[in-house]
Amino acid sequence: MANGGDDGDPRLMVSGKALVKRFGGVAAVDGIDVEVRSGEAFGFLGPNGAGKSSTMRMVACVSPRSDGELRVLGMDPDKDGPRIRARIGVVPQLDNLDAELTVRQNLQVYGRYFGLSRAHVRAKAVELMAFAELSDRADDPVDPLSGGMKRRLTIARSMVNDPELMLLDEPTTGLDPQARHLLWGRLYQLKQQGVTLIITTHDMHEAEQLCDRLVVMDGGRIVAEGSPASLIARYSTREVLELRFAPGEQDGQVSRVADLAERSEALPDRLLLYTADGEATLEAAHARGLRPVSTLIRRSTLEDVFLRLTGRSLVD
Amino acid sequence: MSTDPGPPAQRATGTVVPGWRAMWLRVEGHWAWYRRYWRSSLYSSGIEPLLFLAAMGLGFGSQVEAGPATGGHSYLHYVTPALLVAGAVMSGMGESSFPVLSGFKWQKDYIAVTATPITPGQLLGGQLAWLGIRLTLSGVVYGLVALTFGAWLRPGAVLVVAVGVLAGLACAAPVMALAAATYDEGRRFIVMFRFVMVPMMLFSATFFPIDRIPIELRWLTWISPLWHGNELARAAALGGGDPLAVAGHAAFLLALFAGGVVLARRLFYRRLVV
Ligand SMILES: Nc1ncnc2c1ncn2[C@@H]1O[C@H](COP(=O)(O)OP(=O)(O)OP(=O)(O)O)[C@@H](O)[C@H]1O
Ligand SMILES: [Mg+2]
Repeated sequence: MANGGDDGDPRLMVSGKALVKRFGGVAAVDGIDVEVRSGEAFGFLGPNGAGKSSTMRMVACVSPRSDGELRVLGMDPDKDGPRIRARIGVVPQLDNLDAELTVRQNLQVYGRYFGLSRAHVRAKAVELMAFAELSDRADDPVDPLSGGMKRRLTIARSMVNDPELMLLDEPTTGLDPQARHLLWGRLYQLKQQGVTLIITTHDMHEAEQLCDRLVVMDGGRIVAEGSPASLIARYSTREVLELRFAPGEQDGQVSRVADLAERSEALPDRLLLYTADGEATLEAAHARGLRPVSTLIRRSTLEDVFLRLTGRSLVD
Repeated sequence: MSTDPGPPAQRATGTVVPGWRAMWLRVEGHWAWYRRYWRSSLYSSGIEPLLFLAAMGLGFGSQVEAGPATGGHSYLHYVTPALLVAGAVMSGMGESSFPVLSGFKWQKDYIAVTATPITPGQLLGGQLAWLGIRLTLSGVVYGLVALTFGAWLRPGAVLVVAVGVLAGLACAAPVMALAAATYDEGRRFIVMFRFVMVPMMLFSATFFPIDRIPIELRWLTWISPLWHGNELARAAALGGGDPLAVAGHAAFLLALFAGGVVLARRLFYRRLVV
């Protein structure tokens, strides 16, 4: 059976060409090309205002594109919005649960909008509450739940129609580490079942864990694309040397050591030197008389790719 | 069909429900809420007008002589149908102001609903249908209690509930449109309650007949949906309505409702599809 939609390459769950979203005169998404294949976990990384949510909302068929082409499950969101929405699961960046309903009612009522029978949503709600670890709060109203619990419920709610494609806009914001790992595990499981995932995140670790492929967005454009490993290989060095100085002493240190590394980056609280061999660079820096209060040698991560591409670091 | 070696994809269970059923599902969602809160909600929409009825109809009304001003009826019989309509108009406008704005802005449940196969137009339809059901419920409760006061004279009075629903929805639809076009904290609703709703209560021949309203201000009465509702309700409850006038009043309310729905629909889309 075809995973995708009604025409074109059936394996393409989402395909956008020269996709544009304008608000007034401002282009929030400024001509991006994306293709997401069936069964893939695809990520959008980018700083605040990069256009991630705007893109997600177009794919979710709640925001018409201003220009370009877009197909979701092989259909055109402008024409087949409801049909597409019936088959996808959406976790918006901001929770929009019905605060006055109970946890259970939130799932059941929402499920009914997808044309599911009462018996079906009743059973589904039980299953999803177990997934979200909210079974003991089943008949409590949503309003007094903690932020993380609400987030878990929003995620559970998005699965009520067993979606083929899930759009998760910063799904783990507000979750504690345990809940975050639980969710990663569950998303991995969904992926194993063939569910296609599109995720935006500020958490580079999350992106590395979950995404087969990702794009880095900045200013409404895609600035890089690839697997986490290939992006790291292309845009960063094997190792990174981090130097921390006593307060006020970092200024002026960059110029003394910049030539020791392929690239250097001065963050407010530390100096980063990108190099193939961290040990050697550290020795060389010491030889030049640098006296940092602490040092760290680590492998490059997506965080470094991000910093390189956008000039911004992500503080999670 | 394909030779795709990838993992087997699950097929989503969601489907698109036809328009009327989609509206009904929204009603069902409200019903889930209502089951939890019906007491307080019935109180405000049904019991409040009743207290009014007790005070005006029985208390104050006992001081008013039946006469030509009240069409020869006792004040209780005169005021009871109008109070039902006034209550429906008040709750119709109230329910369509902050609660609807909240759906867009604070609670954001409208945003959640329109991320499903439900469209903004169906959402609006569901809101109106649900409001109609609530107005019917509170109208029936009010009617039954008024019956125990002996406030109804003829069987035709059951139509007063329908008039209340019509007048309530006719006033609600434009307010829903206003809510969809409101991006601030909704101060305009306070202004609306003060400068539209309260004068409407006073100038709609609810408590006293239109000929007691100064002639220079009578145009306020003629444009007031509540007055048209009151006239219809009295025709049903007391009899003796001129068919042409009845048709005119009904047409006014239907036109207001239709215009409100068209505007609200456009503004719901503008608000939710951005
Ligand atoms: N409804 C809207 N009306 C006007 N401008 C908007 C609207 N939604 C988004 N924007 C603008 O579009 C740009 C991109 O916003 P978007 O929410 O897509 O960014 P993002 O990458 O999701 O950021 P964040 O990481 O902060 O969530 C921003 O400049 C934002 O102000
Ligand atoms: Mg965002």
